[in-house]
Amino acid sequence: MSRQSLSKAHEKIKELSWEPTFATPARKYATDYTFEHAPKKDPLKQVLRSYFPMEEEKDQRVFGAMDGAIRGNMFRQVQERWMEWQKLFLSIIPFPEISAARAMPLAISAVPNPEIHNGLAVQMIDEVRHSTIQQNLKRLYMNHYIDPAGFDGSLRYFHSDYCGTIGRQFGEGFITGDAITAANIYLTIVAETAFTNTLFVAMPAEAAANGDYLLPTVFHSVQSDESRHISNGYSILLMALADEANRPLLERDLRYAWWNNHRVVDAAIGTFIEYGTKDRRKDRESYAEMWRRWIYDDYYRSYLMPLEKYGLVIPHDLVEEAWNQIWNKGYVHEVAQFFATGWEVNYWRIDPMTDEDFEWFEHKYPGWYNKYGKWWENYNRLRYPGSDHGPIAFEDVDYQYPHRCWTCMVPCLVREDMVMDEVDGQVRTYCSEPCWWTDKHAFRPEYQGRPTPSMGRLTGKREWETLYHNWDLADICQDMGIVRDDGRTLIPQPHLDLEDPKKLWTLDDFRGHPFPSPNVTLNAMTPEERQAFADDYRKGGPAGRPKDSAEEFRRRVEKVG
Amino acid sequence: MVTTVQEKKEGASAPRPQFTNAEAGALEFPSSTSREYNYYKPARLRRTVYEDVTVEVQPDPEHYLSQGWLYAFADGQAGYPQEWTVLRSSNWHAFRDPNEEWERTIYVHSARVVHQIGQSIENARLNKAFARWDPSWVRQVEGHVGAWAHAEHGLGMHVFVPAQRDAPTNMHNNAISVNSMHKLRFAQDLILYNLALSEEFDDFDGARHRQVWMQDPAWQGVRELVERLTAIRDWAEAVFVTNFVFEPLVGVLFRSRFVMQVAAPHGDFTTPTVVGAGEADYARDLRCSRDMFALLVNDAAHAEHNRQTLQEWLGRWTPPAVEAARRLQPLWSQPNQRLVRFEDSFGEADTQYRSQIRELGLDAPEEA
Repeated sequence: MSRQSLSKAHEKIKELSWEPTFATPARKYATDYTFEHAPKKDPLKQVLRSYFPMEEEKDQRVFGAMDGAIRGNMFRQVQERWMEWQKLFLSIIPFPEISAARAMPLAISAVPNPEIHNGLAVQMIDEVRHSTIQQNLKRLYMNHYIDPAGFDGSLRYFHSDYCGTIGRQFGEGFITGDAITAANIYLTIVAETAFTNTLFVAMPAEAAANGDYLLPTVFHSVQSDESRHISNGYSILLMALADEANRPLLERDLRYAWWNNHRVVDAAIGTFIEYGTKDRRKDRESYAEMWRRWIYDDYYRSYLMPLEKYGLVIPHDLVEEAWNQIWNKGYVHEVAQFFATGWEVNYWRIDPMTDEDFEWFEHKYPGWYNKYGKWWENYNRLRYPGSDHGPIAFEDVDYQYPHRCWTCMVPCLVREDMVMDEVDGQVRTYCSEPCWWTDKHAFRPEYQGRPTPSMGRLTGKREWETLYHNWDLADICQDMGIVRDDGRTLIPQPHLDLEDPKKLWTLDDFRGHPFPSPNVTLNAMTPEERQAFADDYRKGGPAGRPKDSAEEFRRRVEKVG
Repeated sequence: MVTTVQEKKEGASAPRPQFTNAEAGALEFPSSTSREYNYYKPARLRRTVYEDVTVEVQPDPEHYLSQGWLYAFADGQAGYPQEWTVLRSSNWHAFRDPNEEWERTIYVHSARVVHQIGQSIENARLNKAFARWDPSWVRQVEGHVGAWAHAEHGLGMHVFVPAQRDAPTNMHNNAISVNSMHKLRFAQDLILYNLALSEEFDDFDGARHRQVWMQDPAWQGVRELVERLTAIRDWAEAVFVTNFVFEPLVGVLFRSRFVMQVAAPHGDFTTPTVVGAGEADYARDLRCSRDMFALLVNDAAHAEHNRQTLQEWLGRWTPPAVEAARRLQPLWSQPNQRLVRFEDSFGEADTQYRSQIRELGLDAPEEA
């Protein structure tokens, strides 16, 4: 279809909508935003006559590459360290994708603009495409990669695992609560416009460096649909900005969406890229460098800041703090260390770090070894089962098991930032002030004295450990189903050595390790005990050091200068 | 500039391929042959690609969702509440789309349809076939076929798109989203066909379809019904009534019993091609809806409740659908060649409607 005929066709399909006179579409999803003064903004021109053949052509290329990968024995060259993390990533991502499809009626219902409705309906089927193509990629990995365990039970584990849940909130954030908060600001303005850059561009590049060229093939095909979605979101944002009454809601939602995306996506993708790779070339970009390029420069400076002239209040402080977290507070390293601490209840294997890894981290993040090196050496030392030790989470390795953030559900890993408060009759911990604010003030029926009856609520058993308070570790693993088909060997392992069965941890190695819930324990304390605990907790870190050890660490660092 | 590029290439490093031997079968160990998604039971002996890419993607607290839904609406409802329809099921997860629609099939099918329509119109243009159309028929296509595009668009955008947010499983919602795209694509096929005809006939009024849809008394019953369907909150009611009541009594009546029968005798072989694609999509969507609702009327615990509910819906929605159909009667007498009588066409549509209802084990209201 020529450009000219596409424009004509686009104009013509606008004739399809009409103002109903007998009955109006059911208002299923509420919003506190108003669009009474909004000028109608057109998103990108999208006509199904050209859309379907275009997508079919993209599919041909994807499926051709899949065939090629199998015929060319791609799996002889993929790094197991990388592929293991895909068991987590590909268990998570099809759900946010399909949630984005389900989010489209929320936006359609809220925004009175038929031109945008067309774009959103096309986005809906795009998202069905993304979800199923990703499930299919995982299926191929399961069929052709050496260790299918973890891929085989993927969605069962995703729905019941502490890491999966962190990712699941990302998708649930699209489909629930205020229609514009969820389907526009959280999904499109922040998740798709900012963070798909690291999800679907930066991460696939790392996959290729680890011998896996199928992930880039599939995810770049997915990413090529995102520009249309970004255009949909931008049009709705401009319409919302036309109404003065929306400004405080936009400010609230941008703060929530930005910070939650940062906490969730940077935790996961940062870990995959930094700790899931074997590519330790000194001139390859670190996650921090990628973030600076894709998020800070391309999104924040080029997309978000220009919106200030339309009256949008940009959360500059939170953008700078996100960078501070990544660069100065070691957020990604803290998360990776936590995932490795909790290897016992994962559904993938985590490779120990080697001297080459240490050297790369020190080169990219000066001071890394002093903070994290010793712990990873312990991880390496404890990687095989033995009668003299249990799994690392139960050994004395100078690591205090963290409390979980009630809002983003990533634990409170940057210890100094932890906030404790009694909310809804329960003592909760938060990883940071913005996450505390999200629960305490943003997701409430009133905001800054203004009724916000459409705003969603945080629900669910948000601390995973509560489910298994004081259960024996072996029983937890059995309940989660993360046991291999011999009925005793575990799917998760803290190494990649499959050759020797003696090196593989079994349920028997886990017996006798009760697993208490930090939140249940916290709520059982007296107020004085709790306060003392929180004060000590905030003095801990980095790398999970308890207070005393942390103070010793800081003294040493100050001495060295 | 060239020198700079060369220098950069020479200076930059590249990842080194390594032989890892990480392919399936390289080693035997526990679970080394566990190469099927083991968290669901396939409908038949062999699991299908469709099932693998669809089942359990949408979580369910009654299955594996141990921490429950993490966000709720203001009223406390979260995720995909089963209460968003009054119908009940002992096992919503038993449903499988008989068309097995997933990414690959959706695009292959729809791309093929738009190619077919494009080629058909282009052939007609090259062969000057439009010149052979009976002038009375041109007016029918201009007004009535154009008006039908609105019905398809309204149902696609405001019945099926919202319904795919609401059903309790991914199998339901993906199938409903495909249904919505069929409708939206068909609406665009028709309106762009209208645009193509505006360029072929000097006196073709490309805007008249809107006037007919909004004002022609023959169409106001259809428009009212479409608008009322979009106002239904219960996703299952909206899908059921559209595919089992509106479609056979009004959609098939207009598309198959009128346009497809009357076009050819007026020298028109392209309109049936365009409209036929929509008709074929409906057949596909009906097959899916039939399986979706058959499970509910035969449910081990809730069959009676569901039958009663569906009967109530038939009782409520059949009369306005019949009324909308009957108000279309003047269309049958407008073309020069009157080869089919409205009563015959309606009789055939009514027979199809009754047959589809009977297949579900339900009774069509007498009035129809």
